[in-house]
Parts: sequence; structure tokens; C-alpha cells
Amino acid sequence: MTALRQSYELGLSLCRTCGLAVSRASLGIDRRCPRCQSRIEHRTPFSAEMTLAWLIAGIVFYIPANLLPVIHTSGLLGEEDSTILHGILEFWRSGDWDIALLIFTASVAVPFTKFIAIGLLLLTVRKNSRWEQHQRTVLYRIVEFIGYWSMLDVIVVALTSALMQFQVLGTAEPRAGIAFFCAVVVATMLSALSFDPRLIWDRPA
Amino acid sequence: MSAAPTPPSAEELPTPAVQNRRWIPRLVWVVPIAAAVIGISLLIKDWENAGPQITISFLSGEGVQVGKTLVKYRDVTVGQVSAVVLSADHQTVVVTANLSKDAAGLLKEDTQFWIVRPRFGVGSVSGLDTLLSGVYIGMKTGIATRHEHEFVGLENPPALAHGPHGRELQLHAARVGSLSIGSPVYFRQFQVGRVIDENLLPDGSTRVTAFVEAPYDGFVKPVTRFWNASGIDVKLGADGLKVQTESLAAVIAGGLAFDDGPTEVVSAAVIPNDFTLYKNETEAMAPPDGEPHYVRMRFAQALRGLDVGAPVEFVGVNIGSVIAVDLGYERRDKSFPVVVTAKLYPRRMGDAYEILTAQGKTESEETLAAFVGTLVQRGLRAQPRSASLLTGKLYIALDFLRTSPRVAFDASDRPVELPTVNGSFQELEANIGRLVKKVNDLPLEQIAADLHTDLTDLHETLSELHGRVLPSAVDTLSALRGMLDSANRTLDVESPLQRGLTETLLEARSTLQAVRELADYIDRHPDALLRGRRPQKMPGRPAASSSEAKP
Repeated sequence: MTALRQSYELGLSLCRTCGLAVSRASLGIDRRCPRCQSRIEHRTPFSAEMTLAWLIAGIVFYIPANLLPVIHTSGLLGEEDSTILHGILEFWRSGDWDIALLIFTASVAVPFTKFIAIGLLLLTVRKNSRWEQHQRTVLYRIVEFIGYWSMLDVIVVALTSALMQFQVLGTAEPRAGIAFFCAVVVATMLSALSFDPRLIWDRPA
Repeated sequence: MSAAPTPPSAEELPTPAVQNRRWIPRLVWVVPIAAAVIGISLLIKDWENAGPQITISFLSGEGVQVGKTLVKYRDVTVGQVSAVVLSADHQTVVVTANLSKDAAGLLKEDTQFWIVRPRFGVGSVSGLDTLLSGVYIGMKTGIATRHEHEFVGLENPPALAHGPHGRELQLHAARVGSLSIGSPVYFRQFQVGRVIDENLLPDGSTRVTAFVEAPYDGFVKPVTRFWNASGIDVKLGADGLKVQTESLAAVIAGGLAFDDGPTEVVSAAVIPNDFTLYKNETEAMAPPDGEPHYVRMRFAQALRGLDVGAPVEFVGVNIGSVIAVDLGYERRDKSFPVVVTAKLYPRRMGDAYEILTAQGKTESEETLAAFVGTLVQRGLRAQPRSASLLTGKLYIALDFLRTSPRVAFDASDRPVELPTVNGSFQELEANIGRLVKKVNDLPLEQIAADLHTDLTDLHETLSELHGRVLPSAVDTLSALRGMLDSANRTLDVESPLQRGLTETLLEARSTLQAVRELADYIDRHPDALLRGRRPQKMPGRPAASSSEAKP
């Protein structure tokens, strides 16, 4: 690893759009990529800061997302406001442990893991840690990938609300919690996007 | 920016003012700040909306679920159960509920809570919706001014959760009968209220709380009498069979009825809240009995069929009932008299009691003793009588029996002891017994044996008669008929005998006529017997004919 040389040392910068390695000296004042004309930044500016901001926003949204009810169902058997955790427990108690596990993974475990993963990445980058750089890069890729799947709950609620409209027999309506949950997913995705994984490999100059 | 013709050297060039718009990315911090603001505002809102938390203790937490069971006031959700725990002494279930903020005003000291479950009564069905939705906690606010957050839940819902206006009445009765909470209250067979509570008082009597709804509570007056209208009242009277009932529901579920009593007490202008609940309408409408008095009677005879509760009648009027039938022991003659204790309501004797005691309204044992003493001097005796020959039940009759021997009456005895005579049925029984004995003593077997012998003889005689006498009788009869036939022939008008006889008779008549003429002639001329007839002078017959008729 140490044998590898940093782009900085070589005077190269990478276009993050088309992947062209450009000599920094050749770049004009507006630092456009000669191939795709997108702007080349040696490192995404304020990457860590923006990531942190989105992360904090995500964490803040995560609290009401879990405390507030996400769906309101009413029918012959009464009315009920369900939070995400409540729904999971309900499924678990009624024996549908597989569905409970799925929802738990998508709605609770994944966002939570993302917070920890992004937080870990930020912390290590800030400290210029050289610990498990390769693994951390893999972690970042995973975080970026699973971001898409976090919307499972939102989709479930959207579908349920749209389909379950039987007036007296039963209706379902979304509640504020699902909006917060949606915000959590968006914030964490933006947080992951804001992160410049090249920072992982940077060595203090 | 001078447009000098000579280009300046690189060193001379002014450093371009590169504007690094570094603050734009920092705008991203607005997002977490906004998130925090939203979060905090939600918290504040939640905190502001948070109503009081109350605890209610129930004997059983059946059906109560944390986070699901609701608290409802007038069927509107005002809260939710947040915890169900056992009390420290494990005797009750403590339910913690969070109420909404606007329900805080309902939490009075006497606010009532109860668990609404499906209930099936004979008269009503309630809480059916909870079959599907699960139980909920009902609530009825109170009227107290003090607020409270800890409550003891009711085990049964109040009969009037959010009732209309009306009047609550306390009815006192020895027993409630078939009344239950929710039983209807009738006024002239029109339902005007319901029974809302029943209590067993410490003294063992019962108190029924009835609620009469608003427009009808005006019918409750100081003279109003309440009675238990449960069941069917069947009476067989002189005017036929009478069946009386308030309604079918009252028959099954029990009910109360009230009406104006005899309007003798109209003094109180204030309508009391306490009334007596009578057993039935008759009792309710009867004039007041006054205090019961106890009397004792000793009967020197068995009183099988005399039950506790049997009536005591004075000249046919029911004035009390038997309350105890005991066996006594008389040292004097070593006998076992039956000691009957009865309670009497002397006021039921009406005017007689008041006039005879001359005591007016005052009642005491002394008055009664003196009164009874007077009556005993006139021949009053207690006598067991048969109420019905079919059932053999007895009642005690107090009647004047002038033939009975005088007895000493001790007016100082307590309870008052009434002199007794044996029952008429007893004598009847004895007579029947003697009769039966006589019948029993008859030599029935002997008689039967004799009778049997006689009958055998008779039978022989008859068979003899049949074998011998009858044939000869038949012969005799046929001979007799022949005889009669010939007689008939003989006597026929055309027969010679008959004709001869007729002629003979005609002859005889003319002969008799001649004799009479002769007799007349001789009567007028007696001398003719000697001198003979004088033919010119007297018409008449020759004497020959008269002499012929003379013998």
C-alpha cells in the first residue's frame, strides 16, 4: 500500500464524472475536464462537512420517524395508529417473523447501520487514519448501494394507503412519521453521496 | 484596468480576485438545523398537547391492552391506556391512562370509570361494539369541584352513564326480589325510569336506587307508594281469574311500579328521597300497618299444616301472621303443647282497635294487652282452622266463642298470651275416627258369610222354581186362556145366552112395573086386599100381578 503513490504526488487529478486522470498543470482556470467538460476537483470541496451535515439531519429526522405513527388504519376492529416498531412487533407476535425481520432490517437496522458507517468513515477521514483503508472503501460502496433499498417502508405505506380504501371495512392513511422516515432516507443518501471516498486514502501532506 | 499598450510583466500583474464562494456548501447545514427545529417543535407540540395522566384501579384488567384500550367519554376517545400493572398488594390492577388535554376538566373527584364489556341482560344488551373492537374504559364525569388523578374503577357500569335529567330515589325493602340494575320503573304501566343501583345495607335490609326521568319525576309525590312489579299476579277471586302484570320485560327482568297511595298523608310538601318498596301493589296500597305486636298461643293439639307465615285472622280479617311454631312442655300435666308465636298488626282492625282501646294513635304493649284482655273476656279464643281441605294447611282464627269456658287472662304476660281452643277440624276428625271405628267393629265377615249362604239357598230355590214350577204355570196359564176364550164367546152379544138373558130381563122389568102399580094401588086402596078391585073408580092393575110380585 505504501508503495502506491498518491495522485497528489504525481500532479494528477481525477475527473469524477468520466474517470479521466488529468495533469493538474494542464487544467485551465476553470478546471474543466478536457474530455467531458465537467469540473475537476482534486477533492470534493467540503465533502466531510456536507456529509456530516446530512448525517446529523438524518439522525435528527430518525427520532420522529420512529416515534410518530407512520400509518393509521381503521376498520371494523377499531382504529389504530402504528409506528414502525409497533408494526414490527405486531408482525412478530402474530407469527410472521420473516416479515417482521424484513421490515426491521429495512427500516431500523439499515438506517442505523448507515449512521454508524458514515460516522465511522467521517471520523477516520478526519483523523487521517490509515486503518483498513481498503475495507473502509468497501464499506462506503455498501452504504451507497443499500441506500436505494431503504425506501421499502415508504413504498409499503404508499401502496397500503393507496390500495386499502374500503370505507367502513377498512382504510389506511399515512401519518407524519412516514414523511420523517422518507427524510431520513434522503438525508442519509445525500450524506453518502457527499462523501468523497478518495479522502480515505489521503495521507497527511 | 488601464489599457496600457505595453503589457506588464507577470510580476506586475495584479492578482485576480478569486472569489471563493465557500459559504454556499455551508448552506447544507440548514438541513440539520431545520430538522432539529422541526423535531423540537414536534416535541413542544406533543408536550403542549399532553393531557393529564391518571391511574384507575380495577379488580380485573380483563381485556385491557396497553396502547390499545381507549378511554372514552360519551363515546368520544379522550385517552389511551399506557400501562397496566398490578398494585403493590397484588389485589387490584392499576391502569395508567394518558388523557388528552381537553379531558383534564372532566377529572373530578367523583368521576367514575368502568370497563365497557359486552353485557347481556334480560332487559338490555350493551357494549356489543366491544365484541369486535375490544374493551374500552368508559368515563362519567362527576360534580365535585376538586380534581383528582387517581381513581377506583367501578366493576359494573353505572346504569345512567350520561343520563337525562330526573330524580334519584332511594327505596328501602326487606329484599330486592328479582330486581336488578337496569330493571324498568313503571308509572301506570308506562316506563318512566330504571333501577340504577342496589345495595345491601349493613343492617341486612336492601336499598334500591331508582331513577325517574325528567318529565315524569313530577309523578313522584309524598304519598307515592312504590312496589315490586316483578312477575305475574294471578288472583282467583269471586269475580273470576285476574292476571296482572306490568310488562313482559318486567315479568322476566323484574321491575318497579309506583302510583299515588291512599291520600291520607298530604302533609309533607317536600318530596322525600326515601321510600319504602312494598312487595306488591296490594301491600303498597294497604293502609299502614303500624308496629307489629307479638302474641303467643299454646295449643294442646298437634298442628300439622300450620306453617310459619300462615295468616292470623280476626273475624275473617287478616291481622297478622305466624312467625314461629315451637314445641313446649307443660310441667303441670306433663304434656307437650304447641307454642305458636304470631305477630299481629292491631291497626289492621281499623276503627275497632282505636275505639276499643280509646288510645288513638299511641301504641304500646300495654294497650294491646288491655285490648286483648277485653276481647278475651268477651270470649275471644285462638283456634286453628283448616284453610283448605285439599292442602291441609291451617291458619289461626281469632274468634268469639261464647260457649267456651271462662279462662284467666294475665295481662302482664309478655308476649301477650291468647287463650286457645282446639280446632273444629280436630273434633271433626275425632268424629270421623269414631265412625270409622264403628264401621270397623261391624262383623262384616260374618255378615258376608251369612249373606253368602242365603244367596246360595236363594239360588237353589230359583233353580227349582225354574225346573218345576214354571212349566206347570205355563200349562195353567194356557188352560186359563182357553177358559177365558169360552167365557168371551159366552158373553158375546149374539150368543143365545145373551139374548135369552136380555129377554128375561125385559120380562122382569115389565113384571116389576106391574108389581109397583099393584103396590101403589094397594097403598091407596088398602081395602082392595080384602074387597077386591073397584074397576070404575081407580085405574090400576089387577091384584093378581101384585100378588105375583110380592114374594
